Amino acid sequence: MFKWFGKVNYTPYTKVSDFAQYLKDGYFMGSRCKKCGATSFPPRADCEQCMSGDFEFFEVSGRGRVHTFTKIVAAPTGFEDVAPYIVGVIDLEEGGKALAWFGDSIEEGDIEIGMEVQIVPQIFEELEEIKVYYSIERLGTTWSKVSSAH
Amino acid sequence: MTRVGIVGVGHGVFGRRSDATVQELAFEAFRDALEDAAIDRDVIDASVIGSVPEYHKQRSLAGVIQEYLGLVPKPTWLTEVACASGSAAMRTAWMSIKAGVHDIVAVIGCQKMTELSTAEILALMGRVGEVQWESGFGTTFPGYYAMFAKRHMHEYGTTREQLLDVAVKNHFYGAKNPYALFRKEITREKAMESEEVATPFQVYDCCANADGAACVILASEERAKEISTKPVWLDGIGCATATMSVLRRPSLVGLPSAEKAAAVAYEMAGVGPEDVRVADVHDCFTIAEIMAYEDLGFCKKGEGGPFVAERQTYIGGKVAVNVDGGLKAKGHPIGATGVSMTYEIAKQLRGEAGERQVPDVDVGLTHNVGGIGQYCFVQVMKRD
Repeated sequence: MFKWFGKVNYTPYTKVSDFAQYLKDGYFMGSRCKKCGATSFPPRADCEQCMSGDFEFFEVSGRGRVHTFTKIVAAPTGFEDVAPYIVGVIDLEEGGKALAWFGDSIEEGDIEIGMEVQIVPQIFEELEEIKVYYSIERLGTTWSKVSSAH
Repeated sequence: MTRVGIVGVGHGVFGRRSDATVQELAFEAFRDALEDAAIDRDVIDASVIGSVPEYHKQRSLAGVIQEYLGLVPKPTWLTEVACASGSAAMRTAWMSIKAGVHDIVAVIGCQKMTELSTAEILALMGRVGEVQWESGFGTTFPGYYAMFAKRHMHEYGTTREQLLDVAVKNHFYGAKNPYALFRKEITREKAMESEEVATPFQVYDCCANADGAACVILASEERAKEISTKPVWLDGIGCATATMSVLRRPSLVGLPSAEKAAAVAYEMAGVGPEDVRVADVHDCFTIAEIMAYEDLGFCKKGEGGPFVAERQTYIGGKVAVNVDGGLKAKGHPIGATGVSMTYEIAKQLRGEAGERQVPDVDVGLTHNVGGIGQYCFVQVMKRD
């Protein structure tokens, strides 16, 4: 299922592939080690702390603050049709960072480092195959309210 | 353990080298280094090739180079850590001499980047980051460094003008380097008219792909003293890593790998940043040079912008940085870059840098970064 994740996916097989299934259902998940409780976003199957391979998913609020961002004009293969696009790195409230596109709910001119934002699951609706991702939206935005993809 | 000395250096012209294969480029630099050392190739025990394989049609590059240089049946091997592959070759050659396995080793950094089609380049460009969680959003090399720049500007007040001061300086010196791809001075105004790449970067914030090769011949202390009347000593060689994913970095205003590699290199060589008078640093993007000043301790964290604006990194300032033009003006044939940096600093320490010579240099440094700081190598070099 992980092949669903990303406009272009380079890693179809992974031990955390259920992440994409959750995302498709509107849930943004991190991983938690069942042995020592250490959490991670992005999710990882093998605990960075105690090295246990026993993990579970838990829902992350998606709330966070903009750490940094850039508008990419010169795009690589597979992204020409969506360029230019704005990529941001978000410091998540529960720890960890996420990288994603800014979505429709935030105007380019309003983006500032430090602003509060919300990561929201998304589906590329214009594509026939299932393609899921997440976007950076105004605080309080829920996944069902954002109708169109990037 | 033996000290390791540089006894010969060679360099080819960087640029679009449609006249040569990668092994022909390597040969130019190798021949130049042998002439410089005034030795015959028979005395060389092994070669180490620094190069990034994805760019070449020839698989397993070390073999074809070894053959073309006429070094068969001596040992050879390839090192790859992205844009720091040349420095990784330096380090493994240095290790082999330190360990007493070899006495004289040729290090060849080489890369042919312009044979790929634009489509192939764009496809490679989309996989520079961590591919599971980041590349699916279309991240690019300039995009990552642009995010460092944005954060640095936010935290320390670094300005657009200060970023471009790096480009202006490096083109100023590149104009004086016969091996450089761009041999033309630029102005801030001209740079600000160039096309947008990834905000805040425009074309002139970015280095250019190039073809090219450089060669350094290393020898044990005993052999170095026999061969050379003015060996340059590779006394500090630090190497460190940072996470592949920028999402697992504590901050995005510097490269933790560079700080660590520098600390190791300074300690090994018994010097500090205040002793360094000339340095070649990895200016793949303008912000990268500013962060390098800070990570290497040439100035305090956050003060890299004013440091270049006040011309402290020109010849005559506190520490002359990238007076060969840097990656910015010289071009960046990724496997060759670390060896090219070593070439320049060796020439500076020998007092042979011509009109770009920095006066009174005893200690020089190279800082070569792979990827977005995933790998960093810092070398401290001295003369007798």
